[in-house]
Amino acid sequence: MITYIIRRLFAAVVLLFVVSVITFSIFYLVPRLIGGSAESLATRYVGRAATAETVKVTTERLGFNDPIYVQYANWAKGVAIGTEYDYGAGVEQCPAPCLGYSFITRQPVWPDLLDRIPVTLSLAAGAALIWVTFGVSVGVLSALRRGSVFDRAAMSVSLAGVSLPIFFTGLVCLSFFSYKLGWTAPGGQFVPVSENPAKWAYAMVLPWITLAFLFSAQYARLTRAGMLETMNEDYVRTARAKGLPEKTVVVRHGLRGALTPILTIFGLDLGLLLGGAVLTEKTFSLNGLGKYAVDGIIANDLPKIMGVTLTAAFFIVMASLVVDLLYAVVDPRVRK
Amino acid sequence: MNTKRWRALVALAAVASFGLAACGGGGTDGDGDGDGGGGSEPAFNAAVEGVFNPSDKKGGTIKVANNGDWDSLDTGETYYGYSWNFARLYGRSLLMFKPAPGKESNELVPDLAEDLGEPSDGGKTWTYKIKKGVKYQDGTEVTAKDVKHAVLRSTDKTTFPNGPAYFEAFLDLPKGYDGPYRTKDMNTDQAIETPDDYTIVFHLKAPFSGFDFMAQLAQTMPVPEAKDTGAKYRNEIISSGPYMFEDFEVGKSFSLVRNPEWDESTDEFRKALPDKYEVTLNVNPDDIDNRLISGDVHIDIAGTGVQPASLSRILGDPELKKNADNASIARNWYTSINPTVKPLDNIDCRKAIMYGMDRTAYQTAQGGEFAGGEIATTVLPPQIPGYEKFDLYPAGEDNKGDVDKAKEHLEACGQPDGFETNIAYRAERPREKATAEAFQQALSRVGIKLTLRPFPQGDYFSQFAGNPPYVVKNNLGLAINGWGADWNDGFGFLSQIVDSRVIRPAGGSSNTSVRIPEVDKMLDDALLELDEDARNKLWGEIDKRVMEEAVFFPGVYAKSLLVRGQGLTNVFVSEAFGMYDYMNMGVEE
Repeated sequence: MITYIIRRLFAAVVLLFVVSVITFSIFYLVPRLIGGSAESLATRYVGRAATAETVKVTTERLGFNDPIYVQYANWAKGVAIGTEYDYGAGVEQCPAPCLGYSFITRQPVWPDLLDRIPVTLSLAAGAALIWVTFGVSVGVLSALRRGSVFDRAAMSVSLAGVSLPIFFTGLVCLSFFSYKLGWTAPGGQFVPVSENPAKWAYAMVLPWITLAFLFSAQYARLTRAGMLETMNEDYVRTARAKGLPEKTVVVRHGLRGALTPILTIFGLDLGLLLGGAVLTEKTFSLNGLGKYAVDGIIANDLPKIMGVTLTAAFFIVMASLVVDLLYAVVDPRVRK
Repeated sequence: MNTKRWRALVALAAVASFGLAACGGGGTDGDGDGDGGGGSEPAFNAAVEGVFNPSDKKGGTIKVANNGDWDSLDTGETYYGYSWNFARLYGRSLLMFKPAPGKESNELVPDLAEDLGEPSDGGKTWTYKIKKGVKYQDGTEVTAKDVKHAVLRSTDKTTFPNGPAYFEAFLDLPKGYDGPYRTKDMNTDQAIETPDDYTIVFHLKAPFSGFDFMAQLAQTMPVPEAKDTGAKYRNEIISSGPYMFEDFEVGKSFSLVRNPEWDESTDEFRKALPDKYEVTLNVNPDDIDNRLISGDVHIDIAGTGVQPASLSRILGDPELKKNADNASIARNWYTSINPTVKPLDNIDCRKAIMYGMDRTAYQTAQGGEFAGGEIATTVLPPQIPGYEKFDLYPAGEDNKGDVDKAKEHLEACGQPDGFETNIAYRAERPREKATAEAFQQALSRVGIKLTLRPFPQGDYFSQFAGNPPYVVKNNLGLAINGWGADWNDGFGFLSQIVDSRVIRPAGGSSNTSVRIPEVDKMLDDALLELDEDARNKLWGEIDKRVMEEAVFFPGVYAKSLLVRGQGLTNVFVSEAFGMYDYMNMGVEE
């Protein structure tokens, strides 16, 4: 098992390297391929009335005159051993893993990411807990009461959940629950859980529910389909024939069998969310990784984009690793 | 004089006097259409020409939201109108625009300086006397040397690449000067002298009659050299205004509290009413609208108006509409017609476009009368001194274009059946896409076939529509564009969009189409003209000359729909900023 984990971690490092090379290339190669010059790249990062001299010094400062592989090597060096940053009045050391300084805000990216990870983590973890609890429960009940009023109602609601975009449900929820009824916190509120757990939950409950509504719907439908299939399996019939209580049959045999594909999807979903729940963060004005990425993309701010891309890739790789390990818990066949 | 006008006059007088007790009452009749009369009774446009809810009551917290990050709070490099508007709370520039509603706001008044600049040497040298007793938050006195340092540091474009570039362009800086950090020991007296602690003298390369406008830039807000930390100063600002930073979380929020060292007696124009400002950054713009309406936020700091989703909601609900203002902005949402692209190198082909376009369709595409603006026929918007109303290409009584005239010009340019070209717009901007489609539809009437070419806005000027070789190679005959003045003066508005010398081969300039040597010379002549009226007349002449060349299709003079936050006092739209003036607002607790 340990060898397996080490092998996966090594693969993750390789993957992060590949992702960084691809992201870097997209950022630099695409403009060059359509005829852009080093100076035209630099004009993104100067004021609207900048002089040619300003463009020139910015081109040099950002290293755009260097070959792309040199620029990548400089960036990678910063990640590996750190780098120095000239802020005019002095020089500052940016220790490893220095993902660079934002071209726009002139702030180091790494502290920004560390600052935003708790927001995204809070959002993803809370929402995941809700959607797994509700989605799987509703899916199981729907499967057990197939064709009932509950089943039809649950599947209709879940269809709505899948269909409605979060920037719509989010704004409607904010408008109604936060501004009209005053039950939930307005957008843009975040209190670290370590500071005040009650306030943390109060600020996050609406984003959690809104995000979970979307995912619960998918999980309810997935669980229902999986349960319908496994409940018709021979081993379930055998379990019933052995006289096991229905609860045991459903939970230990039916649900367990249906959980494997759900776990796979859950790992990917959670990994993606940890890399930034872009729409939810934007809708609720939460300063998480997703919003940071969007800001970076809009502003063509490469260091920000690289930072979030690598963080997202890291979370996805880790989440899929955890899921692979969990397979062994859920499915005894894997252990063999 | 009718009641409404009388009330408006009272409101204006109240602002002009600044310091009188709240006059209260008055206002409009609240019929929903408003008359711009100020007062305390909510009415549509109540804060456009007058002061809404005037009061001198101190206390409370004003909550502010920004839909993005602040470009920089460092006054040496920030380059947004809302930021210059807001910066007056924590900094004092040599001059500033008068905090007053309507046209009065275009008047320059002294702030840190005792008076407006004293020109000499034919406008090549400008002298300002600085007020005594103005203090930073740490109790030290502001001196002329601090202003000099602030201006010099802003010229360091390695450290501050995003800020305005006027000072380095105009000051007679020594050759090889690279800012106070990298060329610390270089003598800069040939550019800025400080003969004593209260006098600062600017020496320019050439006469510039409008230097007072540069003296109102936030870049003249003093920065003590000992506390200057270069690019990091944006997070460690030392206040010289009535408020100072209490806390600051990059990309998230900051707050301002009273600066105990601010002395009201040195400050004729600031009221400093609230105890605190709480600013939240990166808030979803639709959410800001909701929060403004619900009272959870007082100011949408960007000042660009409500989002499309809220627009119809506000205009359709009289209760919401009476808390809104339709502000005019010194901005022209125009379209460049590139004479470098064939067959638009022929002026008649360009004129065919000028006549053939449906102006009402342009206005609708830009958001209509309230959120888009008024149909434009000139380069200069009405707020800019020198503006003169004229229309060289009449579009008929219904403003839908003169198809016959367009066809005549197509004949004259040797393209009687029309021609094909491309129109560029920023892909992220639905209004620009709609405008491009309006062009496509309107010009198809005369046989001009346009192909829509969307480009990412981050690279729009650097790589595409503002990149001269790309424009020619890809036949970008038209490019949707827009420009707002850095300050409401002909130079502030025109210099970056009609001067051919700002066009860079590497791209990045907003001017993509105006290449008229005669206009370049006219701009230079205007800079030398010290008489204000004569200078303003020249701006008007430049406007006409550019329009004659048919390289600039004026779309709309911009307007936006702003919402007054609940409980705010002293609310008025400053024409100088094209949004609410943030300096003297108060809040009812």
